[in-house]
Amino acid sequence: MSRSMTMIEAINDALDTMLARDPDVVVLGEDIGYFGGVFRATAGLQAKHGRTRVFDTPISEGGIIGVAVGMCAYGLRPVPEIQFADYIYPGLDQLVSEAARLRYRSAGEFIAPMTVRSPFGGGIFGGQTHSQSPEAMFTHVAGLKTVVPSTPYDAKGLLIAAIEDNDPVLFFEPKRLYNGPFDGYYDRPARTWKGHRDAEVPDGHYTVPLGTARMVREGEALTILAYGTMVHVAAGVVGQKGVDAEIIDLRTLVPLDIKAVEKSVEKTGRCLIVHEATRTSGFGAELAALVTERCFYHLEAPVERVTGFDTPYPHSLEWAYFPGPVRVGEAIDRLLAAD
Amino acid sequence: MTNEAAPPGANRPVLELHVPEPRFRPGDPVDFAHLAIPLAGAQMRPDEACEPAITYPLCTDLIRVLGDDDQAHGPWNPRLPAEQLRLILRQMALLRTFDARMYRLQRQGKTSFYLKSTGEEATSVAATHALDAADMIFPSYRQQGCLIARGYPMVEMVNQIFSNRADKLKGRQLPILYSAREANFFTISGNLATQLPQATGFAMASAIKGDSRLAAAWVGEGSTAEGDFHSALTFAAVYNAPVVFAVVNNQWAISSFAGFAGAERATFAARAIGYGIAGLRVDGNDALAVFAAQRWAADRARMNRGPTLIEYFTYRAEGHSTSDDPGVYRAADEGAGWPLGDPLARLQAHLAAIGEWSAQAHGAMLEEVDAEVRAAIRAAEANGILGHGLHQPDTTLFEDVYEHMPWHLQEQMAQALHERAVKYPDGGAAGVLGA
Repeated sequence: MSRSMTMIEAINDALDTMLARDPDVVVLGEDIGYFGGVFRATAGLQAKHGRTRVFDTPISEGGIIGVAVGMCAYGLRPVPEIQFADYIYPGLDQLVSEAARLRYRSAGEFIAPMTVRSPFGGGIFGGQTHSQSPEAMFTHVAGLKTVVPSTPYDAKGLLIAAIEDNDPVLFFEPKRLYNGPFDGYYDRPARTWKGHRDAEVPDGHYTVPLGTARMVREGEALTILAYGTMVHVAAGVVGQKGVDAEIIDLRTLVPLDIKAVEKSVEKTGRCLIVHEATRTSGFGAELAALVTERCFYHLEAPVERVTGFDTPYPHSLEWAYFPGPVRVGEAIDRLLAAD
Repeated sequence: MTNEAAPPGANRPVLELHVPEPRFRPGDPVDFAHLAIPLAGAQMRPDEACEPAITYPLCTDLIRVLGDDDQAHGPWNPRLPAEQLRLILRQMALLRTFDARMYRLQRQGKTSFYLKSTGEEATSVAATHALDAADMIFPSYRQQGCLIARGYPMVEMVNQIFSNRADKLKGRQLPILYSAREANFFTISGNLATQLPQATGFAMASAIKGDSRLAAAWVGEGSTAEGDFHSALTFAAVYNAPVVFAVVNNQWAISSFAGFAGAERATFAARAIGYGIAGLRVDGNDALAVFAAQRWAADRARMNRGPTLIEYFTYRAEGHSTSDDPGVYRAADEGAGWPLGDPLARLQAHLAAIGEWSAQAHGAMLEEVDAEVRAAIRAAEANGILGHGLHQPDTTLFEDVYEHMPWHLQEQMAQALHERAVKYPDGGAAGVLGA
């Protein structure tokens, strides 16, 4: 059985499934208990699973991640929520120096099987403290895994896989996709997930394995590597332009599905990388380097990156910052024109 | 009219930045007369289940049991059997001997780093005796005494210090940053105070599961300035977590005296007051007082009365580590002038005073512990010392980053193995690859 869900509902369903299935799973974070979270991702979970399984925390991201590490040492499988990815920095030391290295430094005596959920990305007029995409800060850290879903189906399957994974996982939820897909046309009426193919979410337990990309659309003309919100923006531009692009939703940044990337670029010979985060030292730089190193002799054009600008995320100029259809479309034109 | 109008605020006092400065610097005569040292036995002992506020007078007092007469006094006297006192004494002596020998081995180039706990032995050994063996210890880096008190094999400690082929941590960690799950001793970070919220989290997990295990954490007074100290105590207070925090106030954080962690304004135990949890300030060189306070806090936590913050007031008798020379920043006579004496000597004198110990027995015991330490070092040296040979296969560099090695690490491991083949065309040191 399955039913149509928003991404928020799919995430809620994944947490519900795992709380019911594994008594070691606990969910904690700011406003996530009785209230059910500022985006409603944990709505109803405390009433169903109890206050010692799903509970509010002090406003202390360092404390949230720190106690989660200690819970892991006991043998629990905590799923902390950081209310906005922009708030994650006070927890950075506990993630980077502790959770990421626990297995290594103790030679496996202690591990940190936690999944840190956090809404990220812009497009909701969140200004500089509710819009950032800090994934590259975590892909840079040995020992962490970084996951970004782009559909309700993937959100549930990836989140369950992340919770069951025995390594610490950063699970970044594109908040602009919570209630519907978004093609980048902010001035058109918002769409919902209702009726969307990828919003059909099975009941109960299933996983989407970490480290596997999703083929969004097969094509011959060029490869577009994207994740999160930008998957939908890229697909929108491709559909509108009628370009025969192959779109790959990476889903997991670390570990990366390098085979899917190589196979596609070797076929198309052209590669566009799209992410919402700032450009310099963004994950796109890593992707561009990998494609260049591994597929150079198949390339017929320079690898292109379309990204957010290297500025803080603005408020009123949000759509000037956002790598929308114009920026993506012109990059596609350049790639196809090159020979 | 004056020619120049005074600028606004010109009549206000000039603001001054206070930069703390310790009382004594090298060359200064040392006099600790300013320290109020109360009489042993004079401190009240509240019930373990008391309201936190009942303990607050004890946050500015100093719980002491062993008096100048070497007898145990007052309500905090834990009335331990002589057998256990002798064991604590022996373990403290073992620790001091171990520290001295390992320090020398570092000087001889057998390892890169060492760090002694001289003068602070009671704060780890006696405190660990007050815990249950199943309680999880979240140590800082100067709590090797906890491992010794739990009977952890000393040879494993030396293997780790030598990063040799028997090192269970595969040579990955700086010497002394042990991990010993079998002894319920959490992996030491090396980043400071990170273990505190982790201890709170472990305690919360134990309570979530309806278990009876506690978490006990140690931290130096200097790193109470870290944000993690604050978050750990906030979470512990909010969830009434069964955790005991021990602040080992040894007066010095490398070259920074305790004033740089706020000691000029308040005691470290008094931090408990702001969080509304129990707090105790204890003579850290008094093994009986340390045991009694730690046991009080453990019993309190175990009966769901929540966390306790204990300050062990002690003195770092030597440098911070092998990389430190305290002679350049603190007065040479500070240690000798420390008014709370030496924890080993005080416990030894107490056992003698109650007729349970003799100079002869003490001498024999010192010989025994020395032999024990030498034997452990010999056994560990047979497994190699740092820098002599390559003790871990190169593959271990890439293992345990993740549970399963992803493709990018497999590729990098192949590169490392290739480099080894280039550097050592004849195969290199015996037993390296795949050893």
